[in-house]
Parts: sequence; structure tokens; C-alpha cells
Amino acid sequence: MSFGITKEEILETVTMVQVEKLDIRTITMGINIQDCRGNDGKATGIKIYDKIVKSASNLVKVGEDIEKEYGIPIINKRISVTPVSMIADGLNAEDMVTIGRYLDQAAAEVGVNFLGGFSALVHKGFTRGDLALIQAIPEVLASTARVCSSINVATTKAGINMDAVSQMGVIIKQSAEKTADRDGLACAKLVIFCNAAEDNPFMAGAFHGVGEPECTINVGVSGPGVVLNAVKKHPDMELGQLANVIKNTAFKITRTGELVARVASQRLGVPFGIVDLSLAPTPAIGDSVADILESMGLEKAGAHGTTACLAMLNDAVKKGGAMASSYVGGLSGAFIPVSEDQGMINAVKAGALSLEKLEAMTCVCSVGLDMIAIPGDTPAEIISAIIADEAAIGMINRKTTAVRIIPVPGKNVGDWVEFGGLLGHAPIMAVNRFSPARFIQRKGRIPAPIHSLNN
Amino acid sequence: MPDEGTRVIITVLGYDQVGIIAAIASILADARINILDISQTILQGFFTMIMVVDMVESSLDTLQLSDILSSKGQEMNLSIMVQHEDIFKYMHRIG
Repeated sequence: MSFGITKEEILETVTMVQVEKLDIRTITMGINIQDCRGNDGKATGIKIYDKIVKSASNLVKVGEDIEKEYGIPIINKRISVTPVSMIADGLNAEDMVTIGRYLDQAAAEVGVNFLGGFSALVHKGFTRGDLALIQAIPEVLASTARVCSSINVATTKAGINMDAVSQMGVIIKQSAEKTADRDGLACAKLVIFCNAAEDNPFMAGAFHGVGEPECTINVGVSGPGVVLNAVKKHPDMELGQLANVIKNTAFKITRTGELVARVASQRLGVPFGIVDLSLAPTPAIGDSVADILESMGLEKAGAHGTTACLAMLNDAVKKGGAMASSYVGGLSGAFIPVSEDQGMINAVKAGALSLEKLEAMTCVCSVGLDMIAIPGDTPAEIISAIIADEAAIGMINRKTTAVRIIPVPGKNVGDWVEFGGLLGHAPIMAVNRFSPARFIQRKGRIPAPIHSLNN
Repeated sequence: MPDEGTRVIITVLGYDQVGIIAAIASILADARINILDISQTILQGFFTMIMVVDMVESSLDTLQLSDILSSKGQEMNLSIMVQHEDIFKYMHRIG
């Protein structure tokens, strides 16, 4: 065609958008709220509300304009703020709840569906603000619609704060019980991290880290459907070549994210932070990471070989993506949330995919145990122990891991849970019932690991 | 920063019928939008037309053009996409 792009390339792009569901998963505006401290929860909340509304009033409009002009769907426009426990340190749990409600109102006012940053970083220990915030989590998540919370309980440099791990098991149970009428929905908005990323644009774990500027634009790309179709076209290709096919595809997906990030940052007058290269599934058919693993040659996701397939997929996506963007960051890897991925749901239903295999997969992919529904009567210590295992994987392997798990009140293995929308639906998964209670009750800190003798 | 060029790519997908080009071309002419290139092909069994147009003297912006063409598309049972050239340049080239 007359501008140096061939007809085939135009059609490839159109097919990616129209048939293969290529989209930009999120444009997330990170906003520093460290200057929003007031004397109490209400005064602080009002200052935060005003700042968010002022900074992000155009976010949704700019996102929608870009969507139309470039013909690329942008699914979510979101906001992350500085961890609230830092701004509100010295206030009590009641004040924290008040702040949470102002955050929710601010998100509603600017028209975003989720706002992240009701967070605390406690990998080495708690401040009083951290403790107050953690205490407020169940009430905030139950009484707001848009606020997301994350707690960083471990890092490779600090080790694992087992006091926090123990406490978060209880907080998750309380959050589930407070939203028992909605299948424990509050827990879908709560992530427990090891090595949390400060510039992650994806919910529920997004927050605006302390090393970040006043305001920034981070973009999360997606596109499992595009990668799936590329892999499907080569059913017998040798793996080295297949890695190249995936890299090529990831490059194109990420370039789209780079363009959207640059245009959005220019129009909003806010610096471009990063593009997050993660493959993020949605409940839509064909938009599944599990389907990609199966198209690589597995009968079902969860079969032996899954971890190897995922490792190769994730690495190829990063290699292709890293070349396509000037700034890559966030979580950047494959997400494997069970409730948001129809292929994962099918694999669980078929008995191919267990919690233990999902845990193994998190050694080589990005996030961790994500959107997993477990029986409502699972004791808090078992949930804490699941968090401890994930944190250990992250700590030793110098990577981000997370747990977003929902003990669904009144439900058991074999039952189903429906969260709706992007959060999807899921079967309740079986949990190993042998008790880790005495280990969890020890509390204290697991020391940081040695950084040599790596075996 | 992206090069905010003035070219836009219009892609039409659907069943072939009389008057597709005429209908679109008359909308473009009314808005003083210049057609630079047209090509037709069959993609997965569907009639596919790609138009490269120049918006430099256009009385409409891309968003308005997109709205007008997509409602025309609905009327004629076609899918019509309007996309700024940069999406293609970014996806297929390192600029």
C-alpha cells in the first residue's frame, strides 16, 4: 500500500483485533498521594479524592478516544496510588476504612472500575499504619466496589514475614465471611505478594511504588488469542522454531501497547512508565493461556510437561516483547488465573489441574496462585501456609509471586462459584487438609536466602 | 512520540454487494477526504476492502469519521473499521 505497509500486514492486524481478540488490557494511571495527608481519615480521604479526580478526570475519555482512533479495544482504565498505609500512618483502622470509602468514590467519579493501592509493604515488619490498614481490609473490601488491596509479605532481600503471613490467612477468611452473600468476592480484590512490582498496571495488585514519579502511565497488553492462533498454525514445528513464532507474535502485540502508552501519555501530559508484557487471559473463549499450552501439545493444561511449556511460552513472550518496547516492567509474564481462563477451568473440571501443579507452574511464570476458589471451611492456617509456599518460591527464585485465593463460604469441592464479569467463574478446588498449624503458629521471620551456592 | 500522520486505513469486511465503494466514497468526498489507494481481496471467505485515505483537508476528525462509517456499515450489514496509520506502522516496523 502507499505508506510502506503491505495489504497482508493490514489484514493481519485487522484479523488480530477482530478475530483473535487482541486488546490492550489496561491503561493504569499511577498517582502519588504522599502529599495528601490530613489530620484524620476524613481529611486525608478528601485530599486523596481531590487529587485523584484532578489527575485522572480525562483518563477514561482519552482511553476511549485512542480505542476508536486506532481501532484497538482498551478493556480497562484504572488507577493505582501510593500504598495507603504509608500516607495514613498514625491513623487507626476506622480512619483507614474512611479513606477506603473515599478511594472508592474517587474511582467512581472518574469512571474507572478498579483502583489499587489500599496496600502495605510489610516484608520485614509492621508499622502501626500497616497494622491499622490490614485490620481495615475486610471492611473496606466488603463495603466498596472498586478498591483493591495488596500486601507484600516477603522479598528476596528481606525474607518472609511469617507474622504477616499468619495474619493474612485470618484476614482472607474474614474478608470472605463479610461477603458470604457474594461468594467471598472481597478476596478477589486482595493479593498477597512476595517481591511486589512497584509499576504493575494489573489489578488487584497494582500500587504506585515509592520510587515512582508524581504521576505515570503504565500499560498492560494482552493477546493470548493471537499467540494461540500463531501456535495452532504450526502443530508439528520443532520447539526452537516455535519459540521464534511466539516471539514474533509477542513483538507485534507489545508494539500495540507501546503505541497506546505513548499516545496516552502524550495526551494526558503524564510520563510513560512501562509496558507490562503479561499474557492476560479473559473468560472469553479463545482468550486463554491454558489453550496455548494445549496447542503446544498437551492433552490438558496440568498434564506433566505443563511447567516446561509454560516456561518456554513465558520466556518467548518476554524476548519478543522486550524488543518491541523501550520500557518494559510490571509483572511481565503469563498469568494463569483459574476463574478468568476458560481453558484452566476446563482443566480443573477434567481433573487434570490441581493446586499443586498450579504452584509448580508459578515457579516459571509471572504471578502465582491467582483467582483460585477453595472450600469455605479451609482453616486460616492452611491459607497462610499456601501463602508461605508461594512466598518461598518468589523469595528463592528472585521473582514476583502472589496469592489471590477465595475460601468461598458454604461451598465445597464440586461446587461452582460465579464472580461475574472479568473475574469469571470457577470450580472449588481441593486443598491438602493435613494441618500446617504448628508451623504457622511459630511466627517470626524466615531469614533472607543466601545469594550464592545456587542449587 | 508517535508520528501523528494524517492517513487513515478503512477496512470493510462482509458479503459483497452493489454499491459498497460508492457508499463509502461519497461519504469521504463530502468530508473532503482523499482516497490514496484501494484494494480488494477475500479473507476467510469474506469480501474485504482496504482503503488508505488522507485526512489532511478533512472536515471530520477520525472519531467522527469512525462513527459515520460504522453506522453506514450497520445499515449495509458490513463491518467497517477506521484506524489511524500508526497502529500498522507500530505493529509491523520498528520506527
